[in-house]
Amino acid sequence: MAWLVVRLAISMSLLYTASAVFEDQVGKFDWRQQFIGKVRFALFDTHSQASKKLLLATDKNVFASLNSRTGDLFWRHVDKTGPEGHIDALLMYGQDAVVVVGNGRLLRSWETTVGGLKWETVLDTGSFQAAALVGVQDFVKYVAVLKKSAISLHDLSSGSEIWVENLPDSDSVQYQTIYSGGNGLVLVLGVVPNSHIVIVEYKIEDGEIMNKKSVEAAWMSSLESSCAVVSSGILLCVDQITQSLYTLPLQSAEQTEMRQIHLQTLDLEVVSGFRPVLTSTQPNPAQPPLSEFFLQLSPDHHILLQFKDGLIAPLRDFNPAYLAAFATSGERTVAAVMSPKNDTACSINLFSADTGRRHLDTTIIYHMDPNGGKPNRLYVHAFLKKDDSVGYRVMVQTEDLALTFLQQPGRVVWMREEALADVVTMEMVDLPFTGTQAELEGEFGKKAAIQDGLLPMVLKRLSSQFILLQAWLAHLWKLFYDARKPRSSVKNEVTIDVLSRDEFNLQKMMLMVTASGKLFGIDSKSGTILWKQYLENIQPNSVFKLIVQRTTAHFPHPPQCTLLIKNKDTGLGSLYVFNPIFGKKSQISVPALPRPILQTLLLPVIDQDYAKVLLLIDDQYKVTAFPSTKNVLQQLQDTASSIFFYLVDSSQGKLSGFRLRKDLSTELIWEVVIPTEVQKIVAVKGKRANEHVHSQGRVMGDRSVLYKYLNPNLLAVITESTDTHQERSFVGIILIDGVTGRIVHEAVQRKARGPVHFVHSENWVVYVYWNSKFRRNEFSVLELFEGAELYNSTVFSSLDRPHPPQVLQQSYIFPAPINTLEATLTEKGITSRHLLVGLPSGNILSLPKLFLDPRRPEMVSEQSREENLIPYAPEMPIREEWFINYNQTVSRVRGIYTAPSGLESTCLVVAYGLDIYQSRVFPSKQFDVLKDDYDYILISSVLFGLFFATMISKRLAEVKLLNRAWR
Amino acid sequence: MAMRRVLSLILSVLSTVTLLWTQSGECNNGRRSGDAGDTDLSGFSVPLEHSFEVDDVPRFRLRGALQLKGGKENGVYLSQNQLSEKDRITLKDVAAADGLYRVRVPRVSLQVDRQTERPSEGYLTTFVRACALVESHLSDVITLHTDVSGYIIGISIVTIPGSCRGIEVEDEVDLEVFNTTISVVAPVTAPAPETAPFIERMEQEMEKKGKNPQEQKSFFAKYWMYIVPLVLFLMMSGAQDQSGGGAGGGAANGGGR
Repeated sequence: MAWLVVRLAISMSLLYTASAVFEDQVGKFDWRQQFIGKVRFALFDTHSQASKKLLLATDKNVFASLNSRTGDLFWRHVDKTGPEGHIDALLMYGQDAVVVVGNGRLLRSWETTVGGLKWETVLDTGSFQAAALVGVQDFVKYVAVLKKSAISLHDLSSGSEIWVENLPDSDSVQYQTIYSGGNGLVLVLGVVPNSHIVIVEYKIEDGEIMNKKSVEAAWMSSLESSCAVVSSGILLCVDQITQSLYTLPLQSAEQTEMRQIHLQTLDLEVVSGFRPVLTSTQPNPAQPPLSEFFLQLSPDHHILLQFKDGLIAPLRDFNPAYLAAFATSGERTVAAVMSPKNDTACSINLFSADTGRRHLDTTIIYHMDPNGGKPNRLYVHAFLKKDDSVGYRVMVQTEDLALTFLQQPGRVVWMREEALADVVTMEMVDLPFTGTQAELEGEFGKKAAIQDGLLPMVLKRLSSQFILLQAWLAHLWKLFYDARKPRSSVKNEVTIDVLSRDEFNLQKMMLMVTASGKLFGIDSKSGTILWKQYLENIQPNSVFKLIVQRTTAHFPHPPQCTLLIKNKDTGLGSLYVFNPIFGKKSQISVPALPRPILQTLLLPVIDQDYAKVLLLIDDQYKVTAFPSTKNVLQQLQDTASSIFFYLVDSSQGKLSGFRLRKDLSTELIWEVVIPTEVQKIVAVKGKRANEHVHSQGRVMGDRSVLYKYLNPNLLAVITESTDTHQERSFVGIILIDGVTGRIVHEAVQRKARGPVHFVHSENWVVYVYWNSKFRRNEFSVLELFEGAELYNSTVFSSLDRPHPPQVLQQSYIFPAPINTLEATLTEKGITSRHLLVGLPSGNILSLPKLFLDPRRPEMVSEQSREENLIPYAPEMPIREEWFINYNQTVSRVRGIYTAPSGLESTCLVVAYGLDIYQSRVFPSKQFDVLKDDYDYILISSVLFGLFFATMISKRLAEVKLLNRAWR
Repeated sequence: MAMRRVLSLILSVLSTVTLLWTQSGECNNGRRSGDAGDTDLSGFSVPLEHSFEVDDVPRFRLRGALQLKGGKENGVYLSQNQLSEKDRITLKDVAAADGLYRVRVPRVSLQVDRQTERPSEGYLTTFVRACALVESHLSDVITLHTDVSGYIIGISIVTIPGSCRGIEVEDEVDLEVFNTTISVVAPVTAPAPETAPFIERMEQEMEKKGKNPQEQKSFFAKYWMYIVPLVLFLMMSGAQDQSGGGAGGGAANGGGR
């Protein structure tokens, strides 16, 4: 019977928390955007004219196919992260795309139409050098893979290995490239730096070495970066020191040294400090490359040259030209060159490769985004038009990882912002009111009231009421107008101008900071990018911290966000202040930060312009305030003795607390040192500043109250043991008061190791670790209570709370690995909390906090049932209906951001990783919202019915009373 | 307690020492310092220093000596000096200026053998508001926190009561002797998922079910005696209806149902 009760209790609690999306709600509150990352290889499918496929391989180890007409993904394969899934090479022939993955570990062939895997071969170990398609008699049949010490040839249709041969003298010679001109031989080129080149010829049929020779080249350090093969097997190299080109026929027996051609004889010169680049093209792997090639002499100087009869002749000089690329369609090869037109635009022109003559009417104007980066890659898709002329489209990749696809005469077909594949941090900011609402706000502003007299105020009031009426009429008219149109034609274009806060504040501005240094402002309702700003000169190892200093609540002051950009190595930082709604850089002067920044602190102190004060602490423990007006400094002086902050030095295991002095210097007040020989600090987290806790305690089964220990200054410090042996490793959790340095609780999770993910909120900490003994993931929850009595119920002070809290803890098995963890957040904190767990499968699990309660009893009792406690079960359930993103999985989810909305029941969620997913969650269901299928007609007819019934009965009663009076 | 204090004053004992065994929770209040020599502490002693200055620049002076005992039972024993006349005045001045009362201990390991391995470097510091200390009549609780290997990682001090209400402490005698409770706290072991009791409980449930076959019976098996007549009755009445309907026509049939 007890068991039945247990099960009943479980199922009841599940019923209570079960929440899933209905079929017709799909995509209503949520959206997902998929990204691929920075493009490393891009190939257009030139197999057939009508093909729309564009194959891309990226630095995020993603291999994808895009629709070149729309920019949408046809399919995408996300490989392992890190070097294991790194895509080394991408080759395409016909319908097949051959990919080398993981430093030459795997060779895969993909069917490009549907993205199915055709075959996969595991290659021998050895670091990857090069891969090439090999053709015999105008027909490509093989793929050759060059490793550090071996070369292997594989059949293109089945992947089976034809032969594998060790390379001669591979310990001294660096083999770097493969060349095959379709004449039955595979040539492997290697170099002994600053000595000589080695050329080994292999027979395609059986891998027999046909010839091996070495050629003096004392100036050469790397073959790959300075050489190319042109014409019928001529090795062409460029050297910036001797300012010369060198040529060598690869298969001639007579010539045993490279022929030097001074660039001077061609009237050319390499800009000092620039490494010249040779670009050749081999349209068909079964045929030798073309004899034309590009030579880049400076960042904006390209020249098209031709190799003919042992001589090099310039065909056309492109100066200035940023980018140049070859493209082939059928038998025709063209060269596209991008030249600057003016400050904001570039023109791309097409030239025939064999003559260097410009094709008429082929200009594409590329407008550079003033808030974007410079173009750095050009991919050309050439095709034959009906009149046999060559048409083309181009894809331009810029420094800020934007992909733009253009067609003549400069129409942007589509654009992708691949910087969003690597979001580092984000914030959500409320949208401003509409102009009319703002007008009203302005009218009641304090300043206005003081300046104006009574009469102007009345007039102002009337005029603003009139404006409101006007706006309402316009709104009604628009509604009427839209209603007449068919639904599909009503397009909801979102622009900054029409953005305004909705009545429940559900639509917000998402600010996203990406690793490449590009900032985005995205509308949370539709996912439309409203503004973007590329910050130049961002070091690749920078860390970012985004701080909202002023929200939209302080009209007419614009909202203000500050981005702290910090170099990870030097610690030097800089501030970028901007308006989060429009993305414009603020004109406010920013303090110079000459010293490395250790810590930032956003104070609740506001200046006269309602901006919160940001304190920056440098490595000499000096404090810089921003903004640092007189008003702010005065306020800081007044409150200095109550401003405390902490610093963490994980290399020394040191946590230290400081107090601000009146002169903005600091004093050390506490110190905790965790010996680094035993354990190292991996993470420190406080609570979120915008968190509200509604209930001070929990009502127990016996009607008494267990008060929560709600210390806003509490820090959760997670440590990991240096000893990684599975029996001795441990994860430590230390709760420290950030003001006094008092260790409130210290616990050790034995036989555990990281990575640890944790959430610190209200009076609880939830952390996930790996149990190294049982090889499973486990959740543990810590809850802190003051006990049955509150020490001081009016205010919490870390300085005056002498009794240590009661700590309850319980652990559970979680049957899945996890990527990230976050807790839901609502406006007032009344709604029950859920934990959002990002799983590697791409699902976001909304786990009720109810299941992570250390008071879950072993045995069910009357009191625990009264309290709605679920009986303890060691394993945490995962239910499919708890996945908030149903089938919209988020690849490689790295972070989850939660923000409250205007509705208490609703929490906005953004999960980001390779993809971005935005949704709403309702942890306690939508208790403050009427359902979609709410029966308005029924309730209004009942109301009206009752109303009329009252009227009639009243009348009848009157008549009856009158009659009685007459009687 | 008051009695004991009077006694200790009469005996002019230098300090009040509290010994608290964290493991057993047993504490021994108000020991005389003269006992320090008698106890068989095989541990070592480290200085406990304090600082309270009107200009708030820390200048640490010796407050007492912590006798630390290694081994499994992390015992600690504090012998401390009385506050001098000058110190008392300074402390009151600091309290009036809302200054800090700081304490520190050197970083040491409680493991005696480790002591020689590494000389202590640096200190662990913490503070309490001087006014709180004065208003509590020098009754404070000092806790030393250790890590798993016995190194002291942090010290905390709180006074009971902890608030500053601005109460004047007139009696100089109240600020002479520390009434200290000192303890060493080692990290607790966090619980692992409890599978064994859960399985045990499940087994018990199963056993119960096995013993009581009545419970195992399905709904139908239990109540067949009620269900079967009901069904039979319904079937009979239905059949009657059908025959009646044949005679009475379509309308009667519909009404009969």
